[in-house]
Amino acid sequence: MRYSGFNVIKQALTGHKGWTPAWRDPEPKRHYDIVIIGGGGHGLATAHYLSKVYGQANVAVIEKGWIGGGNVGRNTTIIRSNYLLDGNEPFYEFSLKLWEGLEQDVNYNAMVSQRGIMNLIHSDAQRDAFIRRGNAMILNGADAELLSEQQIREEYPFLNFNDARFPIKGGLAQRRGGTVRHDAVAWGYARAADSRGVDIIQNCEVTGFRIENGRCLGIETSKGFIGAGKVGCAVAGNSGRLMAKAGMRLPIESHVLQAFVSEGLKPVLPGVITFGAGHFYVSQSDKGGLVFGGDLDGYNSYAQRGNLPVVEDVCEGGMAIMPMIGRARLLRMWGGIMDMSMDGSPIIDRTHIDGLYFNGGWCYGGFKATPASGYAFAHLLANDEPHETATAYRFDRFRTGHMIDEKGMGNQPNLH
Amino acid sequence: MIINHPLLGPRDSAEFVYLGDASLIDRPDPNAEDRDVAFHDYAYLRDNPAGEHRELWFHEGGDRSWLVVTRNTVTHEISNVALARDVARARGRSK
Repeated sequence: MRYSGFNVIKQALTGHKGWTPAWRDPEPKRHYDIVIIGGGGHGLATAHYLSKVYGQANVAVIEKGWIGGGNVGRNTTIIRSNYLLDGNEPFYEFSLKLWEGLEQDVNYNAMVSQRGIMNLIHSDAQRDAFIRRGNAMILNGADAELLSEQQIREEYPFLNFNDARFPIKGGLAQRRGGTVRHDAVAWGYARAADSRGVDIIQNCEVTGFRIENGRCLGIETSKGFIGAGKVGCAVAGNSGRLMAKAGMRLPIESHVLQAFVSEGLKPVLPGVITFGAGHFYVSQSDKGGLVFGGDLDGYNSYAQRGNLPVVEDVCEGGMAIMPMIGRARLLRMWGGIMDMSMDGSPIIDRTHIDGLYFNGGWCYGGFKATPASGYAFAHLLANDEPHETATAYRFDRFRTGHMIDEKGMGNQPNLH
Repeated sequence: MIINHPLLGPRDSAEFVYLGDASLIDRPDPNAEDRDVAFHDYAYLRDNPAGEHRELWFHEGGDRSWLVVTRNTVTHEISNVALARDVARARGRSK
C-alpha cells in the first residue's frame, strides 16, 4: 500500500480498517544471495539500496531483537556533512543528499527537517580552523556559512554572550543540516525493502558463522542455519562481539555515550547548536523536548547506560552556554553503545574471509551516515568494490598509515 | 563507579583517566622478525569483550599511579584492582 494524503483521508473516512502491516514477518529461507546481520538503520538501508539500486531481491536482514531497537532508536537524530578530511566529506555529503530525497525514495514520512546546524567559535584559532573546514565542505559540494558574532546574537539571542572563558566570537553554520525522526528511518527503510521482497527476520540471534576453507557459507542463528552467498555485518556497538564469532579482532572499542531529553517546551531553538569547547550540543525535537548530549563516558562498555560524572559535565556545558536550559526539567536520559574505531572513522570493507563483509566503526556519528552507509555497503556487497565515496574506509588503513583522523587523536578511541 | 585503589582505598572513577585494554602492558619485541605485524596488532586491534575486561586507569587526580582494573563491561561492576607496576613486573617487565 502506497502512503499518501489521499490514503490517509480515505482511511479516516472508513474507520482506519484498511491499513496493512508495514512489513511481513517471514520465516527464514534456507538460503539467500545476501544476508545482512543487524536490523538497524544501516542494515535496513543496505537492504533497501540492494533491492532498489542493485537489483538484489534475494536478501534477508537478520535482527536479534526488533528492528530499530538499537542505536537508530537511541541517537540524537542530527544530520550534517560538516567534515574536514577528503576520506570523509564526500561520503557525508552524499549521505546528506540522500537524506534530502529519502522520504520520496522510500515513501515514508521520516520528518527530515533541514533546520540547520551551527558550531560555535570562541577564539581566533578556532575561527581559522572552522574557515578551513567550511572551505573543505564547499570544495566537496556541501554548504557552509561563516557567521559573525552579530549574526549569532540575532539568530540565537538566548546564548550566554558573557562567558569569560568561552566568549562567543561567531559560528560555522550548515543550513542544510538538521534533524530526522530516527525511528521512522528504520521503519521507512524496512517497509521499502520488504515491499521488494527482502525478508526482515526479527528475534533471530546470530550465534556463529559457518566458515570453511576461508569462505563464509552462512550463519548459525537461533532459528537454525541460514546459508548465504555473502554475509554483511552491520551491528554498530556490538561489532566486536559479533566479529569475534568469526575469529576477528577489530580496530574498535565499544563505549557508552549518553543522551538527554527535557520536558516538552514551546519552540525555542531554531536548529542544532554545538558547543564543542564545552562538550555540549542541543536541538529541539518536534515534540518540544530539548535533546542534548556531550562526551563519551570514556571507558569500554556494553551497558547502554552511563554514569553520573558525565551527566554533570553535560549539564554544566548546557548551563554555561545556554543558561535558560536550567529552567527545563530533565525527562529522560539513556546510553547507547558506540563502536569507537581507532581513528574515529568507519570501516566499510571486505574481511579476510571470503563472502564476509563488514560495516562498522561509526563511533557516535552513525545516524547521519545511515543512507550513504547503506548505499555504499550495498554497492560493496553487490559489486565487490567500494563505492566511490567510501574508498578510504578500509580495514588495512591502520596497517598502511592512511588513517582518517578528523580530530588528530591517534589510536585512543575514547578521545575521538 | 568507585575504584578501590590498592593504596588509597575507594576513589571516585572521575579522578581517573582511562587508557584501555591492559594488554597494552605487553609491548611487542621491537627486534622480532614480525614486528610490523605485532605492533599493528598491539596498537590497533582489541578484544573488546562484553563481560570481564582488564583495563588501565591512571589516577590523574590522585597519586598518579597506573592501575589494572578488572571490570565487567556489561554491568560496570569492578571485581579487582591492582597496581599496574605489580602486574607488569609479574609479567616480566623491568618496571
